[in-house]
Amino acid sequence: MILETLEITPDELKNRTGWDIKPQGACKGEVCIPLPSSVTTAEGLINLPKLAEKLNMPLIQDEAAGLWALGPESGGKALTTAMAPDFTLPDWKGQMFQLSSLRGKKVLLVAWASW
Amino acid sequence: MREELYPQGLEIVTVALDTLGLKVALPFIEAANPTHPSLIDEAHLLDELFGITNVPSGIWIDEQGVIVRPVEPAPLPLGAKSSRPDKSGAVAEETRAYVDEMRAEVKKMTEVSNIRKDYDKYVPALHDWVTKGADSRYALSPEEVLRRSRPRPAEEALGAAHFELGQHLYRQGKTELAIPHFREAHRLQPDNWTYRRQAWSMANPLQGPTDLYEGDWLKDTRKIGAENYYPPLDMD
Repeated sequence: MILETLEITPDELKNRTGWDIKPQGACKGEVCIPLPSSVTTAEGLINLPKLAEKLNMPLIQDEAAGLWALGPESGGKALTTAMAPDFTLPDWKGQMFQLSSLRGKKVLLVAWASW
Repeated sequence: MREELYPQGLEIVTVALDTLGLKVALPFIEAANPTHPSLIDEAHLLDELFGITNVPSGIWIDEQGVIVRPVEPAPLPLGAKSSRPDKSGAVAEETRAYVDEMRAEVKKMTEVSNIRKDYDKYVPALHDWVTKGADSRYALSPEEVLRRSRPRPAEEALGAAHFELGQHLYRQGKTELAIPHFREAHRLQPDNWTYRRQAWSMANPLQGPTDLYEGDWLKDTRKIGAENYYPPLDMD
């Protein structure tokens, strides 16, 4: 996740990483990891350095660019749960498409590339 | 294939993992003229979400949104690859030798690679799952899906962060800032073809040798052997 600031809203975190901040901790599918209360600021934002430490996420900075990148959680597998991570991407005609809009159908997701 | 399986409850979603987005993916998509959702993933978001490291890769998801087969090579007749424009006509004389060697390696790959050998297994297995659902022996349990999912040690996650930053900076036109992040991503995920080929292709459309990166397509493919470019499917 590309960042210009180290404090973001819970919605921003959830939309990009799938981690949902709930009273019991950071949750993805059936997995919840307890968090100290200091992860959430007085303004209701997520303190990313503290969250990254708890979830074993890399948080790197490019000083020249003035940006950070938050990587995925580590120490386990690419999939934390068998529930498919949801995502929204544009289709080739510019319309946004959300994977979960296909609930009720089977889906074959195929990744390819032009290169 | 989509016309046959869609009425039976399967939708196909194709996703182009292309940092340069629609402008590079569109010629292939237009040639295939898909009726299914055909998406563009400029940030390689799916690499990180699902653990994709090569293309073409397939993931099977059931009606409840549960993955029943995690990332694996997807030997499919989807058309996009077969309609790939032939770039060799336009290459300069000095790159002719590389193109000829690359073509020979690709030809070898089509003969000996697992993905070619596994074609006869994948499509019938897909039909079996579409017909039988959870009773198909190709629909894996959540435990097996997680067991097969790619391990993500700390260096793998760090590589993902560097790759994302590299792509972001590249798209902003800050190529000189992007390159070190791509190099770091390659070092941290040395078996990730997606990271390597994406970066190589932006430095040299043929993915041949450059001063920017240590590897190139031909050198790295020969290192592991064309037959090992794709892992074998575990469909038994």
